Amino acid sequence: MTFKTVLLGATAAAAFATGAVAQDDKTKVGFIYVGPVGDLGWTYQHDQGRLAVEEEYGDKVETFYVESVPEGPDAERVLTQMALQGADLIFTTSFGFMEATMNVAQKFPDVKFEHATGYQRADNVSTYSARFYEGRAVQGLIAGEMTESNIIGYIGSYPIPEVIRGINAAYIQAKKVNPEVEFRVVWAYTWFDPAKEAEAAKALIDAGADVILQHTDSTAPQAAAQEAGDVITFGQASDMLDYAPKPRVSSIIDNWNQYYIDRVGAVIDGTWESKDTWDGIDAGMVEIGEITDAVPAEVKEAALALKDAIAAGEVHPFTGPLKKQDGSDWLAEGEVADDATLAGMNFYVEGLTGEIPQ
Amino acid sequence: MSNIDPILLLSAIIVVSTPILLAAIGELVVERAGVLNLGVEGMMITGAVCGFVVATATGSPWLGFAGAALGGALLSMVFGILTQLFLSNQVATGLALTLFGLGLSALLGQGYIGVKGPVVPDLYLPGLRDIPFLGPVMFRHDAMVYIALLIVALVWLFLNRTRAGRVLRAVGENHDAAHALGYKVVRLRLAAIAFGGACAGLGGAYLSLVRVPQWTEGMTAGAGWIALAIVVFASWRPGRLVLGAWLFGGATALQLALQASGGVQIPIEYLQMAPYLATILVLVILRAGRAPGSLGRPFHASS
Amino acid sequence: MIRLERRPEPSRAWTLATPFVAVALTMVAGGLLFALLGKDPIEAIRTIFWDPLFGDFASYSRPQLLVKAGPLILIAIGLSLGFRAGIWNIGAEGQYILGAIFAAATGLAFYPAESWLIFPAMILAGALGGLLWAMIPALLRVRFGTNEVLVSLMLVYVAEALLASMALGLLRNPDGMGFPGSRNLAQYPSAANPELIAGTGMHWGVVLALVAVIVGQVVMTRHQLGFRVRLAGQSPRAAVFGGVNPSWLVVVCMGLSGALAGLAGMFEVAGPAGRLGIDFNVGYGFTAIIVAFLGRLNPIGILLAGLLMALTYIGGELAQLQMNLPLAAIQMFQGMLLFFLLAIDVLTNFSFRFGRRAVA
Repeated sequence: MTFKTVLLGATAAAAFATGAVAQDDKTKVGFIYVGPVGDLGWTYQHDQGRLAVEEEYGDKVETFYVESVPEGPDAERVLTQMALQGADLIFTTSFGFMEATMNVAQKFPDVKFEHATGYQRADNVSTYSARFYEGRAVQGLIAGEMTESNIIGYIGSYPIPEVIRGINAAYIQAKKVNPEVEFRVVWAYTWFDPAKEAEAAKALIDAGADVILQHTDSTAPQAAAQEAGDVITFGQASDMLDYAPKPRVSSIIDNWNQYYIDRVGAVIDGTWESKDTWDGIDAGMVEIGEITDAVPAEVKEAALALKDAIAAGEVHPFTGPLKKQDGSDWLAEGEVADDATLAGMNFYVEGLTGEIPQ
Repeated sequence: MSNIDPILLLSAIIVVSTPILLAAIGELVVERAGVLNLGVEGMMITGAVCGFVVATATGSPWLGFAGAALGGALLSMVFGILTQLFLSNQVATGLALTLFGLGLSALLGQGYIGVKGPVVPDLYLPGLRDIPFLGPVMFRHDAMVYIALLIVALVWLFLNRTRAGRVLRAVGENHDAAHALGYKVVRLRLAAIAFGGACAGLGGAYLSLVRVPQWTEGMTAGAGWIALAIVVFASWRPGRLVLGAWLFGGATALQLALQASGGVQIPIEYLQMAPYLATILVLVILRAGRAPGSLGRPFHASS
Repeated sequence: MIRLERRPEPSRAWTLATPFVAVALTMVAGGLLFALLGKDPIEAIRTIFWDPLFGDFASYSRPQLLVKAGPLILIAIGLSLGFRAGIWNIGAEGQYILGAIFAAATGLAFYPAESWLIFPAMILAGALGGLLWAMIPALLRVRFGTNEVLVSLMLVYVAEALLASMALGLLRNPDGMGFPGSRNLAQYPSAANPELIAGTGMHWGVVLALVAVIVGQVVMTRHQLGFRVRLAGQSPRAAVFGGVNPSWLVVVCMGLSGALAGLAGMFEVAGPAGRLGIDFNVGYGFTAIIVAFLGRLNPIGILLAGLLMALTYIGGELAQLQMNLPLAAIQMFQGMLLFFLLAIDVLTNFSFRFGRRAVA
């Protein structure tokens, strides 16, 4: 007798009852966020998606959200309450909401769920993510070309596959244009903590880095770079234009708008089906923020060319010959990494120093 | 290890320690007066948001710091009234203050997340800044770093060389005797609590205006608790307080520098634990001197 | 001139009335706060206090009250014992984490074997984890006189780092595609802490919390330990003369509160939370301190206070969902509740007197 099967029996009745009650014409779309909307990073971009849905469908939808929900039983409760109140579609915007999403989805088979960056699906649960590593490749090229100290600092959040993919992708491109380049990774163990991110950025700058890449969400590293002077940074998740043209010379922007509009539309049409989406630059999910004039013209041209090539499918950021950090072979000449390996990536490519925390 | 520049590291330590130093020196005065205020975290974060809001609204970081001190002092008065006039339990009231302060600051700061504040410039001290080694380590910081050290020196002077300071210490040692001697125990303690709140507020504002510099909910991330630990470690003496702040700041800065230097073998999680373990170790080894006799006990004039 | 004069003995009327008056005052002040934020105060108060109990979906939220209150009550009972004796265990959050780590490690060590022995083993492990972590500040205080408030608090941060290390390393789910977090224990039948009676939210942790309330009440009123604790709290000197060994008391109180906190962590990781992730801990250890005080360090009071706090959490979530009330407002609300309680509490031991003091 597991927790969820018993709860299933208990609340199924309530679910069907309220499901019948909540049948008005508007499609109700709920959003559950792991951070505050004001983070101007990850959650902010998801909320932009929500606003895009509202703008697109006007009176046909009603959206609501709860922010800063801790992962765990609290998330499950919030999702259940959203479902009880008649939500038709719920976007769960963090990997850590996976259990909660699956549990509640089982109890409410009529409600559809979209789980960001997850890997478990069900008839009423889809997963979606963006190929951020494509954006990282472009960043890596710019970083490699522009660094003068040849030390590039990387503020990592958690040693999970998504972050490691980003580090690898950036490094591969940076190394291609600048064989001397070295990456220094500092693990902040948070997605969003401006104080820690500022400390990490300063430590990296003190250690000689003149480019800072980040997988954390605040603008604190940009501020630290600005204070230090000759350091360049890239906006993360949102454009961070406050810091353009320098230190922010470009950015990766998560653009969920079109995907959200499409999925809500599918629910309205009745054509919604569970699927997995992993889109990149070509679908517009990953955008490269405007490259400022602080970047030399040839570098900007090369970066844009790389971006277009990735979008067109001509270049894949993980193309052989590539070896793993321990020296073993990974990709042969011309071979492209498959999605499964990428999804579970837990190794550095050859040339990266430092270990992935275990 | 050889990758780490000692000058940059020491310079970082001084800056990292400043907010804790400010909060700690305030709490030191409060505890010398015999009151245990565990609400330092709440007062710091309130100072952080007040400072940021005022600085952004006026464009002046210095008005921001003033606003932060005021905000911290006002919040501390809630604690003061409850513990000195209503005789509530100091531990519980302090904890409630932290909870309340965290919520209050988050509410006040709602419209300010992600906003860029005014820049606090480093002081330009000609001559001093060029002294080899000491120059880059000590003399190239913003004014608040020096103000913090000045406050510590002034507190030392106050406690040891002025009559008012000695009265405060007497109140802290034995409030009944002090009351019998005619000293205004409650009034002095309220003043001390307000001072503690103001200093904690300054410490918080240092984070939101200089260190990060932006406002985020919960940005103090435990700095208030560290400050409390440092007061104990310092045996309630201002000189040792500076040492404690530098020690803790040092552990934090070193941990980051080690990661950034590349090629570090120690797992990151253990590096992150280091500052806290170091604090415990230090608390144990350099065992605290005697606490002020009346620390934590409620005072009620019963004669 | 208003003065406070100590009552000859604590007022029974006020002891009972204080919590109600405090809650009433908080509702008023909270209502004002919500009005300032542009929300309808009546609706807000109703959403927070009434809806979870009697509203449309109360059949779901009522059991959730027990789920939320269970760990709070369990930890608070343990803390209250020490607090009464002046032993301040502020690090319950860390002991909660260690209990969860020990329990999860024990359960996962047996995976995928099934046996009825695994769950009890996890219970023991959870209690042991919390106990050991609390022993550090306890022994340091006994041996070196180190302040237990600060040591236990510092250890919370250490515990959090340890949690991250475990979730990413030793206890990471090998089938989890490289993501941090352990295997799901709630789906592993031998290790799971399921809901015992459908629709009530009661799992073994809640049961233990209720048992702890009863045991705590008995211990405090009828058992030697309770007597010693109360004596030590009133007057440390008298306690020593009365034969209470202060060191022994520190060890027992810290150990007990640590074990209970560890158990709370264990039931949480095997039940509602389900797995050990980096962000497993959500502050129950600190909230329990507030619950302990709200409950006046009395077991029955703690039971009621725990339910009240849970109500503000769940009602607060509903208010966020339905009225867009920010989370920060709820935090302030909880802080105000405690403030009012502490302020009104003075009337238990003191009365207000007006006019000049008569010359003795």
